[in-house]
Amino acid sequence: MNAAEHRPIRVVVAKPGLDGHDRGAKIVARALRDAGMEVIYTGLHQTPEQIVETVLQEDADAVGLSILSGAHMTLVPRILALLRTEGLGQVVVTVGGTIPADDIAELKGLGVSEVFTPGASTEAVVDFIRSAVTR
Amino acid sequence: MSEATAVDGAGLARQLLAGDRRALARSITLVENDDPHGWEIVRQIYPHTGAAAIIGFTGPPGAGKSTLLGELTRLERSAGRSVGVLTVDPTSPFSSGALLGDRIRLSDHFLDQGVFIRSMANRGALGGLSEAALQATLLMDAAGRDLVLLETVGVGQAEVDVINHADSVVLVLTPGSGDSIQALKAGVMEIPDVIVVNKADHPLADSMVRDIRSTLALGPPRDWAIPVLRTIATTGEGVGELLASLTEHRAHIQANGTLTRRRGSHLRAEVLSLVSRRLRRDLETALVREPGFVALLEQVVSRQLDPASAAAAILAEVQPRNEHASSD
Ligand SMILES: Nc1nc2c(ncn2[C@@H]2O[C@H](COP(=O)(O)OP(=O)(O)O)[C@@H](O)[C@H]2O)c(=O)[nH]1
Ligand SMILES: [Mg+2]
Repeated sequence: MNAAEHRPIRVVVAKPGLDGHDRGAKIVARALRDAGMEVIYTGLHQTPEQIVETVLQEDADAVGLSILSGAHMTLVPRILALLRTEGLGQVVVTVGGTIPADDIAELKGLGVSEVFTPGASTEAVVDFIRSAVTR
Repeated sequence: MSEATAVDGAGLARQLLAGDRRALARSITLVENDDPHGWEIVRQIYPHTGAAAIIGFTGPPGAGKSTLLGELTRLERSAGRSVGVLTVDPTSPFSSGALLGDRIRLSDHFLDQGVFIRSMANRGALGGLSEAALQATLLMDAAGRDLVLLETVGVGQAEVDVINHADSVVLVLTPGSGDSIQALKAGVMEIPDVIVVNKADHPLADSMVRDIRSTLALGPPRDWAIPVLRTIATTGEGVGELLASLTEHRAHIQANGTLTRRRGSHLRAEVLSLVSRRLRRDLETALVREPGFVALLEQVVSRQLDPASAAAAILAEVQPRNEHASSD
């Protein structure tokens, strides 16, 4: 009966854009798995369209975006807009990367739930996603 | 925060039958969670299933199954067929979480509306994986996928049960996966319909192929000679031949009635396993709640009563609800 209550949170961990480092994304993905979540990892160089389609098909509760290229102000708003178009506006979106304070405020205004800058602990990411995903 | 939207099972079933991807995705989640709405959706769509060809891929981790699925999907798409992919990966025994990475090899197809990919974790030994995977396959079938490709790592009974839902089974090996040949020899592994030696760019591929052929030659003669193929999934080499073999196998099992028989026996087994799983769950709930049962178990623990006598006493209690068991 309580199978539904115990179901694991499903998270897409995605690397949009052109930069070629996914060490950080993989570390976060493993931390989320170790915290009992089902993590769908899609590899490098994903376009916003590919990421949103993955969230849709995997019926994910959250998506964690790792962006080191500095292109967050073009990539993230596009992803948020596409999520809304697909009727996925309730999906929790987090961003990790070197994001300046001004941009953080703007991204949150656009609908990003939380931004994690370098130095943030993986526990902080785990705790945040766990509390933000309400079903 | 996110509104707890009430599930509209009938609505989802209708949208799914019309080919809506989001309805398909949501419905798979519901069956995966053993949610009653999921069962309701399957009840509604079941008459619309049976048309899709189901092909299962199994083999050790890293053998190249996902890469191969990606290449096969490319060929099927250029032939105009729509594809559903269901990959099943192990849940971590330590955390109940899972890292599902099969999509990495399928990213060429993410934006193709004719391809729907779903990653599933096996969620441990609690049972139900095989049912969840079957329901997900049925949902993809009803959503109009011409072809459903299943991927599992070739370990454990649960994975074997999943792969049993396929009409054709491909075992993917690589030079060096000698364990799997041993398992084949020992009869531990179900006999696949097609064997692929992937990573044929490896120098030991040829001797691997010879090894497998001689192992198969030791077995009883069969009316389907199991092809042993060489592929290089990363370049697509040999994948056309794999597709041709699969097409031939399908024609073969359609012509001789094996397809109908296989599907029939697996669906019957599925119903039985559902019944036993639910009976077991009810029984376990009763065993911890009923004071009489709890006392019996205590007597076994304190060695006043042996396990078989306790079981007989419990069976005598539950048998009125279960007459067939008593007549045996
Ligand atoms: N050299 C070589 N590498 C391959 C071949 N097929 C797959 N790979 C690589 O093997 C690794 C595992 O492949 P994957 O498809 O994820 O295997 P799976 O775990 O069986 O799904 C990846 O790095 C692939 O690029 C092949 O034919 N030759
Ligand atoms: Mg794989």
